[in-house]
Amino acid sequence: MLRDTLLVAGKDLRIELRSRVVINQMAPFALLVLVLFAFALGPDRNPLITAAPGLFWMAVLFSTMFAVQRSFSLESAEGLHDSMVLAGIDPAGFFAGKLLAIGCELFALEVLVTSGIIVLYGAHVKSPAELLVSGILGTVGLAAAGTIYGALVSGMRLRETLLPLLFLPVASPVLIAGTRAWQIGLQGNSSASSPWLGLLGAFAALYICAGIVLYGPMEDMK
Amino acid sequence: MSTPAIVLKSVVSIVGQFPVLAGVDLRVERGEVVVVEGPNGAGKSSLLRLCAGLLPVSRGEAQVAGYDLQEGRDGARKHIGLLGHSPALYDDLTVWENLVFHMKAARADPARIPMALERLGVGGRLESTRAGLLSAGQRRRVAIAFLVARHPEIWLLDEPHASLDAEGREMLGETVAQAAAAGSTVLIASHELEEALVLASRVVSISGGVVVGDGVTAASRIGSRAGTARFGAVAAGTGQILAEHSLHQDLLQAPVQGTDQEILRDSPQGLRPSEDGCNVA
Repeated sequence: MLRDTLLVAGKDLRIELRSRVVINQMAPFALLVLVLFAFALGPDRNPLITAAPGLFWMAVLFSTMFAVQRSFSLESAEGLHDSMVLAGIDPAGFFAGKLLAIGCELFALEVLVTSGIIVLYGAHVKSPAELLVSGILGTVGLAAAGTIYGALVSGMRLRETLLPLLFLPVASPVLIAGTRAWQIGLQGNSSASSPWLGLLGAFAALYICAGIVLYGPMEDMK
Repeated sequence: MSTPAIVLKSVVSIVGQFPVLAGVDLRVERGEVVVVEGPNGAGKSSLLRLCAGLLPVSRGEAQVAGYDLQEGRDGARKHIGLLGHSPALYDDLTVWENLVFHMKAARADPARIPMALERLGVGGRLESTRAGLLSAGQRRRVAIAFLVARHPEIWLLDEPHASLDAEGREMLGETVAQAAAAGSTVLIASHELEEALVLASRVVSISGGVVVGDGVTAASRIGSRAGTARFGAVAAGTGQILAEHSLHQDLLQAPVQGTDQEILRDSPQGLRPSEDGCNVA
């Protein structure tokens, strides 16, 4: 499984580095959200810093859908699905490889958005560990859930509109817990972050396990 | 005695609610090169996909490479190479990267890739070209090169001549001949009978999801037109049509099997060999 995971993730990241579709579209989108919110909330920094945690996770959430759709569009060329099945790639490894590649792309985006919040909004991070841990756990959870739902809708005619309908409601725990953890990270009250980090960890673990167990049967049903 | 490469007994395959194969009987020995022909929608591609374990066996018995497709599908897949309608390539990866990825995914040794690319004429600078920049014919050659590098036990080629130029077709012919000589079994679904028959020692005709003709030495249906099926005796090895006759589809309910002489003798209106006779009758 580990071998297939690294093979699939390496392939997806190589394609992304070469095509730069996600970098050229996802990153400008996320930065544009920051700038537009700054326009909407006015020149006063306080409301911007207050809204920054929620804004960060909203930008990441919407970018996840973009990354997931792009990831599965790579596999949509006729014959690729059959060749993966015939090659005998472990479905759990394929799932984990997709998760890893999407996770890497999202994490790079999060670094960019965090930098944008610090530079554009003038936010001061008092407890970076909360931001880092919540970022990693939230990213893994979103990538895992996104990969499952991405695989579910891939091949369907209405996949572009169906994915947000299925994915956004289930991703709401990440939005809530991630936002709280980020608020704590900006304020510096580390002891209060444990429950929220726990929720992010549980969400990630649940969807990783679900993906490993269900990905094979899901592909067989296609 | 080795087990046959493919054994299908009354196989029905239902996708959704539609039977794409409606009771196929077929036996292919190891090392045979068999052409599957028939009109559009006859079930040629479905037959190949079923043999690859990509379609369900809803009824009947199916064995491929000695594995029961209902219970040992994963085992059978390891011995199969499928060339589908479209080459399975990632546009943003180079030819080399595509083949290395597919070889590693199939747990095969990438060391054979340079030889395979060279044989199909897509080596050299094309190796470092993105697959998305290749012509349809070049993409086809790369897909065939993957099969050469992987060297599966059973080759399933769906319209392999599509997009290939004369040189490419010649290379395909040599590739199939070498695969068969090395003991691989090759099943070719094709509309381009004249090209395909040169490669094959046997032709299976399929229509409506069932086998309607099975010419062991080369007597088989050679085309279809407006409700009639043209049956003919075809010289094995050269693809030359020696004799032909049109039969109404209604006369083809039962599969036609047997030697050339038997087909010629038993056909309802009597096939006759052409003047040059060759190896028929």
